[in-house]
Amino acid sequence: MGGLATGPPSPPWRLGTPRQSRGAPRFLRQVPGELLRVVAGRVVAVVPVVFGITLLVFLLNAVALGDPARAAMGQRGDPDALARIRRDYALDRPLAAQYAAWMSRLARGDLGHSYHQQRPVTEIIVERAPATLRLALAATLISVVAGVAMGAIAARRPGALLDHAMMATAVLGISTPVFWLGMMLSLAFAVTLGWLPVSGYGDGDWRHLVLPALTLGALHTGSVARMTRGSLLEVLRQDYMTTARAKGLSEPLLLVKHALRNAAIPVVTVIGIGLADLLVGAPLTETVFAWPGLGRLLVASVGQRDLPVVMGAVLVFALVYVVANLLVDLAYLAIDPRTRADH
Amino acid sequence: MQITRHRRGIVAGGALLFVLAAAAILAPVLVRHDPLEIAAGGGVTLERPTGAHPFGTDALGRDLLARVLWAGRVSLAVGVGVELLVALLGCVVGLVAGYYGGVVDGVLMRTTDVVMAFPSLVLAIGLIAVFERPGLDKVVLVLVALGWTTIARIVRGAVLSLKEREFVQAAQALGAGHRAIIVRHVLPNALGPLLVAATLGVGGNMIAEAGLSFLGLGAQSPTLSWGALLADGQTFLVSAPWVAIFPGVALLLAVLGVNLLGDGLRDLLDPRFQ
Repeated sequence: MGGLATGPPSPPWRLGTPRQSRGAPRFLRQVPGELLRVVAGRVVAVVPVVFGITLLVFLLNAVALGDPARAAMGQRGDPDALARIRRDYALDRPLAAQYAAWMSRLARGDLGHSYHQQRPVTEIIVERAPATLRLALAATLISVVAGVAMGAIAARRPGALLDHAMMATAVLGISTPVFWLGMMLSLAFAVTLGWLPVSGYGDGDWRHLVLPALTLGALHTGSVARMTRGSLLEVLRQDYMTTARAKGLSEPLLLVKHALRNAAIPVVTVIGIGLADLLVGAPLTETVFAWPGLGRLLVASVGQRDLPVVMGAVLVFALVYVVANLLVDLAYLAIDPRTRADH
Repeated sequence: MQITRHRRGIVAGGALLFVLAAAAILAPVLVRHDPLEIAAGGGVTLERPTGAHPFGTDALGRDLLARVLWAGRVSLAVGVGVELLVALLGCVVGLVAGYYGGVVDGVLMRTTDVVMAFPSLVLAIGLIAVFERPGLDKVVLVLVALGWTTIARIVRGAVLSLKEREFVQAAQALGAGHRAIIVRHVLPNALGPLLVAATLGVGGNMIAEAGLSFLGLGAQSPTLSWGALLADGQTFLVSAPWVAIFPGVALLLAVLGVNLLGDGLRDLLDPRFQ
């Protein structure tokens, strides 16, 4: 039994044939030195995308209609402040020079000054980021635990009532607009039952976190459940599962030790994609629950046309997304036991 | 057994959408009240659902059923309309990139990489800030500007794989022009994945429009959309929850219908599921 529980199931008589029909990408089977090169390659490939992101964010300001700075400060805006904006953004020079000026300040972590609050954008973002991070982590935890559990339950007896119920719930979850779900949860658990606070941050009190995290997590639980079910079903069909079963392993042990592990790659992918859901859901969820995070900052700043803050927040969201996707890419290397087997 | 499951999704999704669309189109026939009429039919403000007002009334005594049905016209039209433009733009970009290759392909595909590198709604919210004031027309513009990437990639992939196939080369050898090859050979072969992506895209558009309007960055009063109604709902959630419940249910059912239809089509058209 002990031998079966460690490492991937790989009966020696099957070594000559591919172990999984999906087939591992070639780079996963390479030696450590080359592995390092693969990792480096992934990181380098992100660089042009990051440049593209900065360019697009820069263009938000360059193509902005009207005079946002004047609009934000009012007609009697402080001439010194206006002059500083003109200088900061090199507004009287060609577009390329403006971009260069903006990039050189960005490289030093300077995102400019908020029109509305008259203080550095970086300061405002650093202030707001922890609330969003906390919400996103809690939501990810909920969606992964609930989603994997739902998918595994559904995959145990495909076609059974429980399977249909789980998958129907998943489709329903995917189709529910996140902000409406938030309102309904708030209506049920805060307004009607009075168990939890309606909104606000509550100085970090966990009870304030429950409803926003459930709302944001539910958005993605359905996708995780569907992906878990799909890849589990594929793994369960493999020959080594039949072998393990023939050796007398109990079903739960089989599911946890063998199947879930081999189904992990697609699930990690979905968690990575889920970050997009989380980031998209953050402005909406934070607005519904008056959660003082980056999402709500972004929405409020668009309302005030506080473009430096809008640009800063969009940039941070995009960079987090790109880095997260890169980490998911690299996680494949860590999760797949085939990389270790070849060392 | 699998085939019947796909059929069930397609039929259920299609029926759901048909009913919602019919109700929205027939709104003037189905409800007596004008969606903008204040204190409609002698109604009071924030009236609970009653016989006269099955969905209740809002803060100005306007009939909520009428508002939900009329808003459905906007929400459904934006969802489908944006997707038509997205599909058109995506097809053009994908065809150009796949057909001409080289630098053109490189530039276009790097652009899709960058657009896809943003969490979509975040960039949409940011783009709204470019305009002096928000509005439904800006939402359409922004959603089209950001939505074309998926379809462009699908079409480009189809072009690349078909370019080398014998029947396309034969058509070329027989002297068929670019347009004939694209219309007769390339597009029909990309139609399956295109249809699935476009269907699911309609749901995404509706949710995005609703989200932006909910945030106050989309449809502005008196323009009705489910998202804009939900913004009212948020304000009166404690005193009049029906203002939030009914537009949300309508939106949920519409997106559910689209997703059932899209999933069913994908299972039906994807050979791996057969």
